Amino acid sequence: MLKTLLKPFARVFEFQAKTHYRMERHSMALTAGIILAAGVGGFVEIAPLFTIDDTVEDVADMRVYTPLEQAGRDIYIREGCYACHSQMIRTLRDEVERYGPYSLAVESKYDHPMLWGSKRTGPDLARVGDKYSDDWQVRHLINPRDLVPQSVMPQYAFLLETPLRTDDLPGRLDALRMVGVPYTDDMIANAADDALGQARPDGDRASGVLDRYGEATAVRAFDGQGDRLTEMDALVAYLQILGNLTDVAQNTQPMAEE
Amino acid sequence: MMSNLTSTERARAMLITGAGVLIGLTMAVVGRNDPMGAHGWIILLFCGVLFFIVGQKLYDAEPVEDRSVSYYDDPTKVGILLALFWAVVAMGMGVWVASQLAWPDLRFDAAWSSFGRIRPVHTSGVIFGFGGNALIATSYHIMQRTSRARMPDQVSPWFVLLGFNLFCVVAASGYLMGITQSKEYAEPEWYADLWLVIVWVVYFVLYIRTLARRNEPHIYVSNWYYLSFILVVAILHIVNNLAIPASFSGAKSYSAFSGVQDAMVQWWYGHNAVAFFLTTGFLGMLYYFLPKRAGRPIYSYRLSILSFWGIVFFYIWVGSHHLHYTALPQWVQTLGVTFSVMLLVPSWASAGNALMTLNGAWHKVRDDATLRFMMVAAVFYGLSTFEGSFMAIRPVNALSHYTDWTVGHVHSGAMGWVAMITFGSIYALTPMLWRREAMYSWKAVEWHFWLALSGTVIYVFAMWNGGITQGLMWRTYTESGTLRFSFVDTLIAMHPYYIARAFGGLLFFTGACICFWNVVMTIRRVPHHAPAIDYPTTSEAMEPAVPAAE
Repeated sequence: MLKTLLKPFARVFEFQAKTHYRMERHSMALTAGIILAAGVGGFVEIAPLFTIDDTVEDVADMRVYTPLEQAGRDIYIREGCYACHSQMIRTLRDEVERYGPYSLAVESKYDHPMLWGSKRTGPDLARVGDKYSDDWQVRHLINPRDLVPQSVMPQYAFLLETPLRTDDLPGRLDALRMVGVPYTDDMIANAADDALGQARPDGDRASGVLDRYGEATAVRAFDGQGDRLTEMDALVAYLQILGNLTDVAQNTQPMAEE
Repeated sequence: MMSNLTSTERARAMLITGAGVLIGLTMAVVGRNDPMGAHGWIILLFCGVLFFIVGQKLYDAEPVEDRSVSYYDDPTKVGILLALFWAVVAMGMGVWVASQLAWPDLRFDAAWSSFGRIRPVHTSGVIFGFGGNALIATSYHIMQRTSRARMPDQVSPWFVLLGFNLFCVVAASGYLMGITQSKEYAEPEWYADLWLVIVWVVYFVLYIRTLARRNEPHIYVSNWYYLSFILVVAILHIVNNLAIPASFSGAKSYSAFSGVQDAMVQWWYGHNAVAFFLTTGFLGMLYYFLPKRAGRPIYSYRLSILSFWGIVFFYIWVGSHHLHYTALPQWVQTLGVTFSVMLLVPSWASAGNALMTLNGAWHKVRDDATLRFMMVAAVFYGLSTFEGSFMAIRPVNALSHYTDWTVGHVHSGAMGWVAMITFGSIYALTPMLWRREAMYSWKAVEWHFWLALSGTVIYVFAMWNGGITQGLMWRTYTESGTLRFSFVDTLIAMHPYYIARAFGGLLFFTGACICFWNVVMTIRRVPHHAPAIDYPTTSEAMEPAVPAAE
């Protein structure tokens, strides 16, 4: 029984072994064989993702990150936060109940790169935006154990003292536009001012932020200091927008029961 | 070592390191307002020192002996020592990082010392620093011996080895400064990536040129594996790292891919970094050193063929099993599981092939810790690949993903398979390479073996228990249908496991330090001993070979 079942496979393998025996005498044949064999899988799995329309949902209200939020995202990456916090709520009951509606592809459409993560030493952050106050976030970043005694998160007090660099923001937005994020010329030209304006509600730059990124954009002193723009402002602004770039997930899925 | 280089080769080395100095200087000036500037100074220093070393010996006497009658082993020797240096640094970092999870205040109040910044130093240091140097060094040794031919020139092996180490230095120092693109196993930024492409192309050309000179009709199985390692890593590296720099005077860049597509590309790369960096390269090591040390031929040539093509073809498909239940389209996830399960066949073909090779040599395994390293490596290879296929199945993955089970799985592969086969190979190679009778202390090898094994077992069991506990706690419900545990509850449950993990890591790290010491003592203290035959020969007459046409 087993023998008859395996017979066709044995024949295929016999053929392959013979081919291989000839191939291993020529380094270039081996090279070509390896490239060919290794190329197939990647091509079949990756190429369609760029061409099939329903890979990413089409959503009208999806907005791009403001320069301040993008700067915060860059700090989040710089500090390696992704190593402990995922940003991908899976379609499992306990995750939806713990974190909120499961993540949709469109929500990370403008994320270059994505930060879905592979380890949760801390909780998922895909919907952490607006879950805690700015003050909570700031104090948590200064010393996590002040708020959660059992936390093993490193402290990031230095963010509050470090001024945010804004002169490179236009370049960053421009690079993001090149890889597909729809920033306008206006947004790129005003990137540095917008970053400043978003963290200073009283200043005259604030209205420009609302014009360019929508009335719903949060404009406030994220780190509690209205007179200076720090890296803490940027990181908290980023954390507070997580899950809030579009409402599509909340609108299409039942809300988690509290 | 410099005395083995001809004057043309020395001049060429001066030219290359001089260019490196200029590039470093340019980066330092252009990127002075950015962490990239610091990298400029590091590159400048690295190339400057090499420039100085070569320059000092530029006008020394040239070698007179006929180079075709011996193998070129100088870069192999340096590569082995560099691998051990990186092992000590990166595993030491690993112990520190692991301890930070048990005792989070175990850091200085500085930006560079947080978990997020030193964790990649550990990962890259072990994979690229320790693993990469070991792969390059052993591949130099194996490709020459199995081809019975010397490497074609003496500059490109150095270029590959030192260029690769420059990449490692730039990567590790970059993480501490916060330079990372956050892609797992591919954290270095755009200029480091570009540099690695150049190094890698030279590596491939060197490999092919050596094979072209071979005095054997057939290419030995180890070389198939090394070749696939070099080729596919190049493909993966280039595609995954496609990015646009935010400016040419700064380190920051943005990936060409976003969201779902980026996740798929990342894991297509990430899982195949495991396949083609951490598996096929080290299988090349296994297929050479294990039969040699056991004094037995490979058990089955056909099994080798089956395993080789199976691994090369199947592995590429399986990356998507990292993305179960995510926003990645379901059909891709399904393909990922299917191929992950099928992958068990070629993986076990190699593990079985290795263990069957030991038939008739089991008494050697008992007496010889070096061979025991290789045997245990093969066993862990079999275990990890089984576990990998198992964890790729959707319901299992739902439990294991995001928990420390994954960390345990990765480390059973990294410590049990990759590091063990490397240590075994280093112990087998060191006396051969430096022409010594044996290792300085066989007792130290024995100690290292048991430290490494117990460290791995403690580590892996702590992470299995911890990961499964955490995964189960996340999904436990009360009778009224609400979640039973808060996230912090699961974190508290992890504390003892994190301590056990740090302890297991400490044992493993101690073993690596002993290994480094033993190798250095072997070089310094053990009497000279020339092997009976270790020079290029023709395959029939075993006479000194005339190199084939290039």
